[in-house]
Amino acid sequence: MHEMGIASSVLEAVRGEARRHPGARVCKVGLRIGEWASVDPDALQFCFDALLAGSEPEPPTLDIEFRPRQNRCATCGTVFALKNYEIQCPDCGEPSTEAVSGNELELAYVELEEP
Amino acid sequence: MTRVEIQQKVLSENERVAQSLRERICEYGIYCPNFISSPGAGKTSLLECTLSIFSKDARVAVLTGDIQTDNDARRLARYGFPVRQITTSGSCHLDARMVERALEGWDLATMDYLLIENVGNLVCPSSYDLGEHDKIVVLSVTEGEDKPLKYPGTFSKAGLVIINKVDLLPYVQFDLAQAKENVRKVNPKVEILDVSCTDGIGLPEWYRWLEGRHAVHATSAPELVIM
Repeated sequence: MHEMGIASSVLEAVRGEARRHPGARVCKVGLRIGEWASVDPDALQFCFDALLAGSEPEPPTLDIEFRPRQNRCATCGTVFALKNYEIQCPDCGEPSTEAVSGNELELAYVELEEP
Repeated sequence: MTRVEIQQKVLSENERVAQSLRERICEYGIYCPNFISSPGAGKTSLLECTLSIFSKDARVAVLTGDIQTDNDARRLARYGFPVRQITTSGSCHLDARMVERALEGWDLATMDYLLIENVGNLVCPSSYDLGEHDKIVVLSVTEGEDKPLKYPGTFSKAGLVIINKVDLLPYVQFDLAQAKENVRKVNPKVEILDVSCTDGIGLPEWYRWLEGRHAVHATSAPELVIM
């Protein structure tokens, strides 16, 4: 339920970037959201649209890349998506592996239409 | 069309404020845990138990967050230590800016412990760094033992998990071993303590844990006096 706050932070960062490109229109905003980031992409999309409603003739669209929770095995290098929270390496059986994705809550890019 | 790569955390402004808070807290040798749980798991009761065992001259302060009311601050103020309520007026979590504002006018040099009780919620608080040293997640046996799997974002970031209300285990269908296994599935190395704030089970272990963490972060000797 904190997607409105997240959407506000996204817009703040996007507007900060837009100020560096005077006159440009922001067409698209790229986000990266991890499976364990505790953020619902649909709710975020809803809040983003709600915050922009009526503010601009052509508001930017949101491009959300969903990142599954993945771990990496330090022994054999295998990167795997977790199934049933099982962190043991499916290839070599190493019991302890480290998370490499799934916690992301990142602004990846903005696409601008320059004047 | 120009594509500008940004690659920054959405909450980078919150993280900037949190990092500055953490530096201030560390500078004064304060230990600062952030208590997170669903509503009713017993964060405030655990803080009451904790405050009750500090000696009168202990240097401890509390920030407690709620959407509305200052009930928790009033409950906690009975123990004689400085307490401030953060009322978020609708927001379902604390953020670093709220903590920064709440600390205004407080002399950090008078503290060894700053205990932060977050808003009761297992989702949103995990996204917001408050500058704390540890997130302490409280789970109670009146909840489901699958909570860690339903809220992996929060449990995976815990520095300690407290399973509270264990005095009720004979009366509820809660599989304690399964709950712990679920915690370890999302956070394999985390320490787990069984606690009852009602009859005191596990509280000495909790106090020792707290004291140990303070000792790690303190520049002066720990003040906690265990009865």
